Amino acid sequence: MNILKDKKKAQSYLEFLYILPFIVLVAVFSYYPLYGWIYAFFDYKPPFPLTMDKFVGFKWFISMVDNSTKVNQLLKVLRNTFAISGLSLMFSWFPMVFAIFLNEIKSRPYRKFVQTVTTLPNFISWVLVYSIAFSILNSTGAVNSILMSLGLIETPKMFLQSSEHVWFRMWLWLTWKNAGWAAIMYIAAISSIDEEMNEAARIDGASKLQIIWHVTLPSLMPTYFVLVMLNLANFLSNGMEQFFVFQNAFNKEYIQVLDLYVYNLAMGGGGYSLSVAISILKSIVSVLLLCLTNAFSKMVRGEGFL
Amino acid sequence: MVAKKYIKKRNIKMGLQDSLVSIFSYIIYTFFAFVCVYPFYYIFINTLSANDLSERGKVLFWIKGLHFTNYVKVLKIPNLFQSFKISVARTAIGASLTVIIAAFLGYMFTRETLWKRKLWYRFVVATMYFNAGIIPWYITMRNLGLTNNFWGYIFPLAVSPFYIVLCKTYVESIPIELQQAAQIDGAGTLRIFFQIMLPVIKPIMATIAIFAAVQQWNSFQDTLLLVTDSKLHTLQFTLYQYINQASSLKALVSATSSTSIAATLATAQTATSIRMTVTVVVVTPIVLVYPVFQRFFIKGIMIGAVKG
Repeated sequence: MNILKDKKKAQSYLEFLYILPFIVLVAVFSYYPLYGWIYAFFDYKPPFPLTMDKFVGFKWFISMVDNSTKVNQLLKVLRNTFAISGLSLMFSWFPMVFAIFLNEIKSRPYRKFVQTVTTLPNFISWVLVYSIAFSILNSTGAVNSILMSLGLIETPKMFLQSSEHVWFRMWLWLTWKNAGWAAIMYIAAISSIDEEMNEAARIDGASKLQIIWHVTLPSLMPTYFVLVMLNLANFLSNGMEQFFVFQNAFNKEYIQVLDLYVYNLAMGGGGYSLSVAISILKSIVSVLLLCLTNAFSKMVRGEGFL
Repeated sequence: MVAKKYIKKRNIKMGLQDSLVSIFSYIIYTFFAFVCVYPFYYIFINTLSANDLSERGKVLFWIKGLHFTNYVKVLKIPNLFQSFKISVARTAIGASLTVIIAAFLGYMFTRETLWKRKLWYRFVVATMYFNAGIIPWYITMRNLGLTNNFWGYIFPLAVSPFYIVLCKTYVESIPIELQQAAQIDGAGTLRIFFQIMLPVIKPIMATIAIFAAVQQWNSFQDTLLLVTDSKLHTLQFTLYQYINQASSLKALVSATSSTSIAATLATAQTATSIRMTVTVVVVTPIVLVYPVFQRFFIKGIMIGAVKG
């Protein structure tokens, strides 16, 4: 009996040995970087190693609020983050409506075609999106050529080098890239709606719009709710790639979101420690938001999304 | 009688409204499809058109002055072929490693016998929800000697918690009897994985392989942060440099056009032609792969949704 038990134990340790290399990889690449948070409490100037005499305590955290230019800068960055995330949140219904009316196209091949081509942009990188934007929007690009030949404008408009409507244009590019992909979830949800419900509504004399309003929309609400919650949880994380590739001297005031600011601060200005301090605060708020939205979801639907 | 007439009238009105909804949908989705397809098409026809016309924005809807010089010249750009090799290598090696690790860990985390199974599973999955930030990450990579190192593209992405969750869910859907039978026959943990599980979980591995490959191919930020050696630049990064550094592109233009004496205005390289041709080269693998594997992508998002 004992031998059997020992054998089982040996087996369970052996299996652990198999996964150990991968656990180490996770520890090194995901947990060990957390140690880097201590740089926020030092006056760090690479490439010099950290020494105790560089210890500054909470200096960087305090400097965020005691210097009015820095406060203004940070407020601007927060304003941009909130504006861009807010726009996404405000229009978060778009993929759902996209899916609903796509379903009204009765020709199956055409529906598949639309679905395929609108999903494609999701799989290209932001660099490629920028390259495409540059090609069609620069002074000799398609948009300017068409507008000029139609006589709508006299001289080419510099779309990318302008500070106007930056948030909205960033939202447009994001939507161009993601809406088709985001709609897939809703398309699947629509196809799982009981056909008898639609049939019953039709017999009762409901029009298409009435069916959409009274049958389709309510059955998509649970999916929509979860996605809004996830959206809220990621409110501070816009990612930096999109804004990094689109940023230039003209739109910097409006395009610099938190993730990009953290990067620019460190790589452009050498403010490593301040940058780490800001990302620590961001991480803490993000985790709190995640817990809050998860708890809210538990309260409303009886289950969280974590 | 009156009621019937009323219903009929109502039906006609509704029918009209319904067809309006249909027509409206066709128009609007044709517009959406156009907005998504035209930019790709526009760039493509410009790379095949006379470069002097393209430079002045005269190529809008069809090819004017067909020639293939741009694609021949693009091969001569120094470093571009090197970037291409790096992108292909990281996609092939990175995606294979990610898939095999996700499959193995997905399987191991279903084994009841694994020591502290739940703890390690949580240890891995928790990393989906936090991030140390780019500077600490950069410092870590530098300490590990992974800056300016090809493996810096591979190792950080090798263990992907999301894909492990997908695999684990899939393995759990397979009857446990399959494993038990093999165990009774004397097969060990590893043998069960390689001989029994691997063939069975191929569908989910295909899905993950495509996601991981696209992720590797598109990756840009790691090059930006970690790599200064231009020999290790990826296609994405090189393309970004071409768009953003007009001066370096001008130098390229003169370098490539001086090599060909017979270059006419129509085939001489311009900043626009190089930029667009490289864009087509970078986007083509995605455009070719995506429609063929679309069902895998959709399957992937659905499995993820069930979990999420």
